[in-house]
Amino acid sequence: MSKKQQYALTVNGKQEEFLAEPRELLIYTLRERLNITGPHIGCETSHCGACTVTIDGKSVKACTMFVAQADGKDITTIEGIGGPDDLHPLQTAFKEHHGLQCGYCTPGMITRAAKLLEENPTPTEEEIRFGMAGNICRCTGYQNIVKSIQAAATEMSAAKEAAE
Amino acid sequence: MIPAAFEYYRPKDMAGVLSLLEEHGDDARVMAGGHSLIPMMKLRMAEVPHLIDLQDVGGMTGIEVGTDTIRIGAMVTQAAIIDHAALAVAAPILREASLQIADPQVRYMGTVGGNVANGDPGNDMPGLMQCLDATFVVVGPEGERSIPARDFYEAAYMTAREDDEVLTAVTLPTPKGGHAYEKQKRKIGDYATAAAAVQIVKEAGACASASIAMTNLSDTPVFSEAAGAALVGSTLDEAALNAAVAAMLNDIDPSEDNRGPVAFKKHVAGVILRRAVTRAWSRA
Repeated sequence: MSKKQQYALTVNGKQEEFLAEPRELLIYTLRERLNITGPHIGCETSHCGACTVTIDGKSVKACTMFVAQADGKDITTIEGIGGPDDLHPLQTAFKEHHGLQCGYCTPGMITRAAKLLEENPTPTEEEIRFGMAGNICRCTGYQNIVKSIQAAATEMSAAKEAAE
Repeated sequence: MIPAAFEYYRPKDMAGVLSLLEEHGDDARVMAGGHSLIPMMKLRMAEVPHLIDLQDVGGMTGIEVGTDTIRIGAMVTQAAIIDHAALAVAAPILREASLQIADPQVRYMGTVGGNVANGDPGNDMPGLMQCLDATFVVVGPEGERSIPARDFYEAAYMTAREDDEVLTAVTLPTPKGGHAYEKQKRKIGDYATAAAAVQIVKEAGACASASIAMTNLSDTPVFSEAAGAALVGSTLDEAALNAAVAAMLNDIDPSEDNRGPVAFKKHVAGVILRRAVTRAWSRA
């Protein structure tokens, strides 16, 4: 067994320092070590996207990264995107357009969608479906997920225009 | 899904990487994006006592688009290829193929170097690079050397790269003519049931040259020189297409797996090659 090492991550703006083995998968670091349980474990094989987080501006499946690789990185999870008192427009849209059924895939869906809208604020339906292809919904609620992301995009663009 | 324990290294330069490889020999492996290696380590199909992460080694994330040649650093991700405007003009097949690899999250991490060096017959870029007649640059204790993509693959996961060498860049002549990367897969994120990379040059209405490589239809990528030759001089009529497909089928050697039996894979390979050639011709 390899020795534990000192690691430092910034998660949702907060500096976290801890000892861990390098082989620890980031999703376990987040969920079990740091009690950040928004990112879920669905398949644990890089397919489902339930564990999606944003690392240094990239959407990443946290089940396919060792904590050692993430050392020094800036990580955003669903908890850093919005909370009960300050919902992100995507969270509001998912609520209003029934973008979730069981809700298990939702944190990954919204974290990925937030990055997608950052890169492409006015996506077409096809671009949304292509950009969300790394996230699987076992309830198969894709239609309303796409609708929710479209609604959030419209809302965010309108808010941005109003601000300018 | 917990991999065996390993020592982790994140050297700042290639000298550091090479000295670790020299020290630990077969027990060490380099990792780029990790999206092929980490799943294998989690399944304990790969054991890597000494894992060398290349993320802090500089000089491998550049894309240089020259008039005649293109150089892509080994750590360039599929997402970076998709986003690179000049590359999309100079070698649009790279973007077309990258968009068909895995899914958005994986493309942020997956690298050109990892994809070509891994030696997995399922990876898309080895066949693509054979079609484009690319050259792989590797560096080792004896210095740098170049290996043509068409000579690089020996068997599944066996390549011309020595264990103490690291693949640092891919160079290729700027492709000419029309292109297509056509891939049949069961679902997003899957490897190809069959895929074809095609680059065709048209002169005075006839095919002047054609380069064809197939993916996941043998234990290595298959550059089918005969399939390309079958198109040269033709106007891509039905007879020429049939000849190219027949030549390609003669070069591939698929095996049965959960993507289907051999006869099915051969059928799909033919369909995919026809589509790829037709699309490349329409763009030539």
